Parts: sequence; structure tokens; C-alpha cells
Amino acid sequence: MSNTISPAAHQDPHRVEPDSGRETSTYLNNGYGWKSWLFTIDHKRIAILYLVSISFFFAIGGVFATLMRLELATPKGDMLQSDTYNKLFTMHGLVMIFFFLVPSIPAVLGNFLMPIMIGAKDLAFPKINLLSWYIYVVGGAATLYVALTGGVDTGWTFYTPYSSTYANTHVVPMAIGVFITGFSSILTGLNFIVTVHKMRAPGLTWFKLPLFVWAQYATSLIMVLGTPVLATTILLVGLERLFHIGIFDPTLGGDPVLFQHLFWFYSHPAVYIMILPGMGVISEIISCFSKKRVFGYSFIAFSTLAIAVLGFLVWGHHLFVSSQSAYAGIVFSVISMLVAVPSAVKVFNWTATFYKGTIELTTPMMYAVGFIGLFTIGGLTGVFLAIMSVDVHLTDTYFVVAHFHYVMVGGMLMAYMGGLHFWWPKMFGRMYPEFIAKFAAVTIFIGFNLTFFPQFLLGYMGMPRRYHVYPPEFQLLNILSSAGASVLAVGYMLPVFYLLWSLKWGKKASANPWGAKGLEWTIPSPPITHNFESIPVVTEEAYAYGSEPTITVGPGHQNPNPHYKDDPIV
Amino acid sequence: MTPLSDHVLPAGVPPPTAHHFIDLHQQEEAEKLGMWTFLITEVMFFGALFTAYVVYRNMYPEAFMLASSKLDWKLGGLNTLVLIVSSLTMAMAIRGAQTAKRGVMLWNIVFTMILGAVFLVVKYFEYMSKWEHHLMPGPSFDVEAFGAWGPQARIFFSIYFAMTGLHAFHMVVGLGIMTWVFLKARKGHFTPQRYVGIEISGLYWHFVDLVWIFLFPMLYLLGAHTTGLGH
Repeated sequence: MSNTISPAAHQDPHRVEPDSGRETSTYLNNGYGWKSWLFTIDHKRIAILYLVSISFFFAIGGVFATLMRLELATPKGDMLQSDTYNKLFTMHGLVMIFFFLVPSIPAVLGNFLMPIMIGAKDLAFPKINLLSWYIYVVGGAATLYVALTGGVDTGWTFYTPYSSTYANTHVVPMAIGVFITGFSSILTGLNFIVTVHKMRAPGLTWFKLPLFVWAQYATSLIMVLGTPVLATTILLVGLERLFHIGIFDPTLGGDPVLFQHLFWFYSHPAVYIMILPGMGVISEIISCFSKKRVFGYSFIAFSTLAIAVLGFLVWGHHLFVSSQSAYAGIVFSVISMLVAVPSAVKVFNWTATFYKGTIELTTPMMYAVGFIGLFTIGGLTGVFLAIMSVDVHLTDTYFVVAHFHYVMVGGMLMAYMGGLHFWWPKMFGRMYPEFIAKFAAVTIFIGFNLTFFPQFLLGYMGMPRRYHVYPPEFQLLNILSSAGASVLAVGYMLPVFYLLWSLKWGKKASANPWGAKGLEWTIPSPPITHNFESIPVVTEEAYAYGSEPTITVGPGHQNPNPHYKDDPIV
Repeated sequence: MTPLSDHVLPAGVPPPTAHHFIDLHQQEEAEKLGMWTFLITEVMFFGALFTAYVVYRNMYPEAFMLASSKLDWKLGGLNTLVLIVSSLTMAMAIRGAQTAKRGVMLWNIVFTMILGAVFLVVKYFEYMSKWEHHLMPGPSFDVEAFGAWGPQARIFFSIYFAMTGLHAFHMVVGLGIMTWVFLKARKGHFTPQRYVGIEISGLYWHFVDLVWIFLFPMLYLLGAHTTGLGH
């Protein structure tokens, strides 16, 4: 008897609550008024609050990107002035990074799932969890204020002395917005770290944790160690701007390169904040839809930590052309290449997981497969950029733009979409429409590659980033890129419609529609407010997919694949 | 293993274990780890400024000595003493909670707050004197006072004000926390069985003291007063 989850609803994972009759209590119908949402301390409701707010900011960031790609359809500056364009790429970067990518998987999927995956009723500090959402909202409000009153044009990197002395745009309000939002991220990270350490269900040892939890944990370490440095750095930029304190101003004896060191000390690890949670999602999806234990579980777990640690030692590769010592450059170059090792360990292990697996190409799985390909391209081009001599040629070209979009969008955003589809039935108790979801996934994949692959070529040929005009010979590739962006936009809009549609008209989801392993699939969809009727005792490894085929019968969505065990695991 | 079986809490005290914890032990472990993790973020927060200090001190050692000698090491030393004593009273307040000595606990919280306030008052006078002597970075900064090292001395004072200002802000927050601790303590929330609230508040207080223990020698003493320009 490995299972201590006893309530009747848990015995049959495919049982669907009847439509008529007494409504079962879930976290969604536990209160309907605005107060029940805005003052909730339920991690699942806070995750929904985040889902709504980051979707909003993703749309805003998308509008900025759309305007840029429209302008870049022609070599001349037909539509926008150069200073407007500067503001657009700055706001696009700031909104997408600080208000979408950093909180995306941790604050939405992590918030919703992490406590359930470790068998806890909530995060360790539910009120701090709500507080971090409010902090995010305040930071977001500052950003909206900046966007509506004229924007900021320093680039999301706030490089000094331009940002601290010369820029005539809203640097200080934006710095305040980023500074404030940082605390949201710090508090989320703190909450997750304490939760993983102290709230695991009895029997759930570290090496029985789902890899998603490992990824959240490693991400939280980076959030907690990196974000405060950014906060101080941004604070100094604000002080420099207001009081001319001289720290980053060369005319006052200061050193602007110090800013770059401090900034990238956070902002390079921050790109791992923006990819590690995605890697955690991919591990879950691939294991589930291969119906196999993830190949090399402990290697993936340790590679997650290795990326988090090494990520703190590579910031100097952003300063290869910033008068950094060549010897420092060599060290940073070598360590940057080293990061490819744990990343490759993951890619190979995911690929090996497919081997002899019972593979189902569902929507989440399509995103996961897309992730592996796109992340590999994004990661390998990162190794190009880690080579100093190559980087001198490619610095500040579209090659860099393409590289980080392959990691951030092709990686993290694909993982986020995959995870959202994978856990959508758990979050809302409804299935999304599979066919159109697959169509959207393919559209996003095609649109993404069409948008960003030409940018590798443009960058290699020397087109600099952050300009709104370019020589006419670059027009063909730019048009391809802009056309791809419009395909991508369609791909992102489709899920908005069909996911919202599914909330009301989607097929009711059973507790475990995918036949997946993991504590979250042992509780009803959607979960009750306190997740578990009684705290589970875990005796099983993670991803203990059985081999004997079981055909299940019962109402509700059926998994067409017979090759999984259907008993609820613990 | 209910946490309440072996002792009785005073009336009016809410049940100690929040809904999502298995037992009180788990909750206390979480609260302590939460504070330690928070203090790590604080180390990183100050860390960026310490880095800036180290970089510029290595770049401009003469300017930093000159500028440092304008600081009043006696007032800085007095404040160091004040904070060390406040750490002692903080520890004694926690000891009072552990040994159920209500008076010891309450009075020591009050002493801790008084000492924290004394620190801030001394800091206020130090800041005022820097303001009057045009040593506050900004348009009124007296670049001439440092000969050829004017701009570099301004960087010293920028770092001085950024670091001590951030530290003073943490002192103000600390006083707020102590007010909360005092109110809770007066209502009998801290008992020998359950004193983690005052304990982790104490961790914060000690941490802020510790930052000053680094700031004082770095800013006031290191290399200063050896140039013949000191007080």
C-alpha cells in the first residue's frame, strides 16, 4: 500500500464530477467576489492573478515588437522616428523581460504547481506570496506610466553614462519600476526556497522531487542571489541621475564599466531565471508523453544546479568589447562555454527519454519537441558568442538578437505554452481543444523560425541591432523576419481565444487526463482549496511510469493511449 | 504530537500553527529559514556597494584617504559602541522570551529601540555637518577642498552616503520591526515554547549591526588620519 490519499474522489483518476447536482468545492468556486481574488492567499489563485497580469504585459510587449517589425519592413525610416524606435526596443525589452519572462513560469506554473507537487497545502509564506504579486503590480504600474508618458530610450540594459547623465527620457520612473518589481522576484524566490526545503510531504526526499521542482529551486536561488545586486545598481543609476554622485560618470571620475559589471552580474544569471523553469516544464512533459522515467534523472537535477552556479561566473562575456582585461575575457569565455555542458546534458537526456518510449504527440509534447530544437540552436549560437574573437565580430548585431530570442522565445516561451497546455486541465478542470491547439503550436513554430532565423544571417552579415534604418541589401531578410512576426502574432492570439473558450465549453477534465505521474495528478481537477484532503506520504520515485497496459473506462476525457498505469501514484 | 499539549498559551493568543503547516516545528523551521534567506539577499544588496567601494578604493587610494579623514571617527566609534550594546540588549530580550521573563524581554526591547534611535540621531548630526561643509555629493559639493582629488573624493562621499544611507534605512525598518515585536511581546505572543518571531527579528537586528561593523572601519578608519590631514 503505497498510497495514503484515501478520499473516494482520488481512487479513480478518470472520474469526472457530474455536471448536475451538488457542485464540488474547488479553489475556483470557493468565493466569487473581487475580494476573494484580490485578498486571496491561496497559491493557486495568486497564480491565476499572475497569469492574467503577465498575459497583459506580454500583449503590450508584443505591440512594441509589432511596431518595430513594421518599421523594419523597409530600409528607410518610413513610419517611426529614430528616437521613437529607441523607445520601442527599450520598452519591448523591459516589459518582456521583467514583466513577462522572469515571472512567467515561476510565478504562474510554479506558484500553482510547486506546493502541490511536493504535497503541501500552500507555499511557506502565503501572505508574502500575495505581497509579491502586489509589488509586481506596482512595478507594472510604474512601467505603464512610463510607456504612456513618453517611454525611455536607454535600452533595457540602462547602460551608463547615457542612462545616468545624457538620456532625456523617463529613466528614473522606469528605474523605480524595475527596482520595485525586483522585490517581487526576490520574495517569490525566497518563498520557493523555504517551501522546497521545509514543506515536502513525508517520504518526498530531494531525489524523488519532480524535475520541475528542482528547476524552480535553482531558479529561486538565482533570484535571491542576483536580483538584490540589480536593485542596488539601479538605485545607483537613479542617484547618479538625480544628484550626479559620479559613481558611473567618467567626467566625474567614475567608471561606467563598473555599471556593466554590476548589471550583468544580475542580468546574465537572469537569463537562466528565464530558461531553467522552462527546462523543468520540458522534463515533465517529455516524461509524461513518452510514458517513461526521465533518462538520467539525477544528471538533469545536478545540471540544473550547475547552470545556476556557473551562470553567476560568466557575466564578463557581455564586456568583451568594453575595455575589460583580455585575461578576464579568456576566463569568462571558457566558463561561458562550460555552461553548454550541463545544458547539453539536459538535451541529450530528454532525447534519450524518447528512446523506446510510448510517444504521444499532444500539444504540450509538440511544444516540448520544438523547445529541444530551438533551445539547441539558441544554446549553440551562445557558444559562438562566448568565443571572444567571434564575439568581436558579432557584438551588437542581429546575431545576438536572434541568439537570445531563440533561447528566450524559442526556449522559455515554448516551454511556457507547453506547460500551460499540459496543466490547463488541472488548473481549470477543462480540456483545451486539441486540434486547434496543435495548429497554433505549429503556427508558432513556423512563425518563430521565420522571424528569427533570418536575423542570424543579418547579424552575420553585419546588420547592427537597435537601428531603425538599414542598407537596402538587407531588406529581403528583414521582410522575411517581419512576415514571420505576423505569423507568430497569429500563433499567440489563437490560444487566447481557444483557452478562454475552453473555460466554459471545453470538455470536462478528469483528475489525470494524460495518465501522468506526479502528485498534482492525484487530486481533482481543479484542485480543492487546500490541495489535499490529507497530507500524502510518498514512497514512489518521480516518473514511476509502469509498463503494463491498462485500459480505462469511464466518463470524461479519455487518454487514447493504453500504455500507462492508471492507479493514482504517491 | 500536538504542539499545544505540553503547555498552555495565555488567553487571547491565536493558535500558533498556520493552516498550511503540518505542525509548529515545521512552521518555525520555515520562518527561520525564511529570515536567513532574506538576510542572504541583504548581503547581496549591500554587496554591490561593497564592490563599488573596493573598486574605487583601489583606483583612487589617495583620494579615499583624504576624503575619509573628513569623517568624524569619534562619532562613528560612538555609534559602533551603541550598536554593539543594542545587539546585546536584543540578545537579552530573546533570552527573556526563552526564560519566560516578561520584564526582561520588554525592557530589553525598549533599550534596543532607544539605542537604535540614538544611532540615528548621531547619524543625523554627522550628515548635517557634512551638509554644512559641502561634502554632500551634488551641486554644492566642494570639489576645491581636496585639491586635485576633488572628483574622486566626491565618489568616496557618494559611496559613504549610499552605504550609510542604506544602512540607516535598515535601522529605521529595524525600529519598525521592534515596535511590532514590542506590541506582540506585550500581548504575550512570545513564550519559551514559541519565540521564533522575536528570534528572527533579532537576526535582522544583528545583521544590520554587523553591516555597520564593516562600514565603520572601511569608511572611517582605513588609511585615514595617516596623511596628516585628519582631525
